[in-house]
Amino acid sequence: MSPTLAAVLLIGIFVLAAALIWLGLGLSRRAQRLEEAPPPEETAEPTEPAEPGGDVAAPPRPPRLRDRLGKTRAALSRSLGALTGRRTIDDEAWDSIEEALLVADVGVATTSRLVDELRARAAAERVDDPEQLVTLLRNEIVDDLSGVDRSLHHAPDGPTVWLFVGVNGTGKTTTIAKLAQREIEDGHAALMAAADTFRAAAADQLTHWAERVGADVVRGQEGADPGSVVFDAVDAAGGRGAGVVLVDTAGRMHTKVNLMEELKKIRRIAERTPGAPQEVLLVIDATTGQNGLAQARQFTEAVGVTGVVLTKLDGTAKGGVVLAIEVDLGIPVKLIGIGEAPEDLMPFDPAEFVGALFA
Amino acid sequence: MFDALSDRFDGIFKRLRGRGRLSDKDVDEVAREIRVALLEADVNVAVVKSFINRVKERARGAEVTKSLSPAQQVIKIVHEELVTTLGGETGKLAMSSKPPTVVMLAGLQGSGKTTAAGKLARHLVAEGRKPLLVAADLQRPAAVEQLRVLGKRIDVPVFSEPTDPVKVARAALKEADRTGRNVVILDTAGRLQIDDDLMGELRRIRAKVEPHDTLLVVDAMTGQEAVNVAEAFDEAVGLDGVILTKIDGDARGGAALSVKEVVGKPILFAGTGEQLDDFEPFHPDRMASRILGMGDVLTLIEKAEAAFDEEEAAKAEKKLRKGQFTLEDFLDQMQQVRKMGPLQNLVGMMPGLPKEARDAELDESQLGRIEAIIRSMTPEERRNPTVINGSRRLRIARGSGTSTQDVNGMLKQFKMVQQMMRSVAKGKMPRLPVPGR
Repeated sequence: MSPTLAAVLLIGIFVLAAALIWLGLGLSRRAQRLEEAPPPEETAEPTEPAEPGGDVAAPPRPPRLRDRLGKTRAALSRSLGALTGRRTIDDEAWDSIEEALLVADVGVATTSRLVDELRARAAAERVDDPEQLVTLLRNEIVDDLSGVDRSLHHAPDGPTVWLFVGVNGTGKTTTIAKLAQREIEDGHAALMAAADTFRAAAADQLTHWAERVGADVVRGQEGADPGSVVFDAVDAAGGRGAGVVLVDTAGRMHTKVNLMEELKKIRRIAERTPGAPQEVLLVIDATTGQNGLAQARQFTEAVGVTGVVLTKLDGTAKGGVVLAIEVDLGIPVKLIGIGEAPEDLMPFDPAEFVGALFA
Repeated sequence: MFDALSDRFDGIFKRLRGRGRLSDKDVDEVAREIRVALLEADVNVAVVKSFINRVKERARGAEVTKSLSPAQQVIKIVHEELVTTLGGETGKLAMSSKPPTVVMLAGLQGSGKTTAAGKLARHLVAEGRKPLLVAADLQRPAAVEQLRVLGKRIDVPVFSEPTDPVKVARAALKEADRTGRNVVILDTAGRLQIDDDLMGELRRIRAKVEPHDTLLVVDAMTGQEAVNVAEAFDEAVGLDGVILTKIDGDARGGAALSVKEVVGKPILFAGTGEQLDDFEPFHPDRMASRILGMGDVLTLIEKAEAAFDEEEAAKAEKKLRKGQFTLEDFLDQMQQVRKMGPLQNLVGMMPGLPKEARDAELDESQLGRIEAIIRSMTPEERRNPTVINGSRRLRIARGSGTSTQDVNGMLKQFKMVQQMMRSVAKGKMPRLPVPGR
């Protein structure tokens, strides 16, 4: 292809893409306006789950986070270690606080806010001991995370439906298995819906888990409509009496419009049971960086995320992005995963989480 | 892909463009902005520091040349440094002179190893090699089954046996010899790098089969942890390269920048989507251009060449030159462009598009509506939309299942497109940012 031809072609594509964007947006904006005027039923925003019926506070488990986060703590103290030998709070002290937060994936914006607030408080309270700064910082973050309902909601009667969503590879299936086992121990019948009909052998993985923990499973053919699997699962749960339906959806990039549409459809099908889904849990893996915020935003917009499950916290990753997700977006972190065993899925405890980070 | 980082640089450089000369203060200010941008992109804190220092050093000492403005010079420096950090040149798999070549994939749980194994096998088949996929992940339930399904889809044999990973790997080499496969791809169990047992298992596999390439599979969404992961795996088993997965999302991909710099290993391939052929050699220079908002023009041209044939391209060129551009051509072109893949991906590669356009969620089904509207027109209407009056408009709206407002809006916007095409034909190219080289 000659260079001029290539150039012309390129510009052609450029103009076309621009054109397609304009046209596409023009139409969709128009469509939106039209739909907004008399709100038709099917485009109505997914409403928040109805009144939490039988709230079941997560049963207390022995706190093991601190032990499991040993490595994390060591890594953080390395950054904050610079503080301990110091007599005064100088620029370097502030730098190491900032760095410790950034290394924990807390993110630039949240880090700046925390450091600014910390500066103001340190000045007001005349703090001049660097180690005291760390205590102040810890309290500050715990305050940010306090007073939030972190329980998992059950339906007062009829089947409870919990949707699990997230990008690929965050640990949705494993989370479901652990949670199913807990529900069974608490006396609820658990039914897993293998609505990940895309990834090869995803349903096999879930079935394997179901057998291990003693849960029922509903699955479809590979490539089947995930909506039909959810429909069948809720139907089956209804027939067998009350229980919890845990819906395993295919991992998907939050940027893929068609896949997010598919997820909306899954939610709409779950909504046919009044009050369902009681929870839409976004599974995020602790190694995720600032993209976690974008994930939370997009999934919430699509299917109304009610809580975050932070998995793989037993590595050296700190999962600091959940601070921004909870504070900026108001989505509570409900569970954390710190290992392979079922009891390694634990309720999120802010004081413990922050304490383990900044010990 | 890496879009947000480009946006950030866009903002910085827009301000720089207006200046004649860079003062020390300017350089500091730019450096601060670049620091924030890189940190927001999840580039490792330590990497950011050294990157910024290099840029500052070079920006201060840079000679002012006649051909570049000082602002362009900074762009050039940042671009070059980004290419260096991302890996210098495009990497390649080391192939053994005595087959089979053994490629071992390692990585954290959920980074996409099994999918990457399938994609790599498909890539090798396209290169004319005969890979054997080996499921050495006996930990995760159904991992072997997942690989078998992938293998079946791409018609590549999959080997496994329910013994232990080291035995599987050794048996796989014999199997490859027996069946004449010349590349063995080992899919190992995912692990958290603190897990000493599993790291030991990797080490044992490595000792037994001596892979020619040990590749780390890293998720592009990884945060600060990417550096620890790469270091831990490198220390345990010695890495030869990296596969970066899931770059089709909007992750800013700082992990990519960090890994090479800290571990000194190149990124060889990138996973770009859900399908098995969404897998490309990693091009550091293209990625750097993209980060700087220059767009990934080379990939775009490659895609265009694959989708358009010469004749159609020549026809398009002629039309463009004459400035004739009708709804009919528009329909043709639209179909051609859609052959090149999801519009969202194309737009991401487009240089100089404003942030809003790149951020816009492109609902491809809307394009279907446009297509429906044009298809509901008579050939005459398509060539000369001015003949469309009230009754014709109603007919078109009915035929396409839209409203007359939709038809009107579409026509109005098409007029703007036509004007734009005319100005292109007259040689007024849309201004493309100058690549810094």
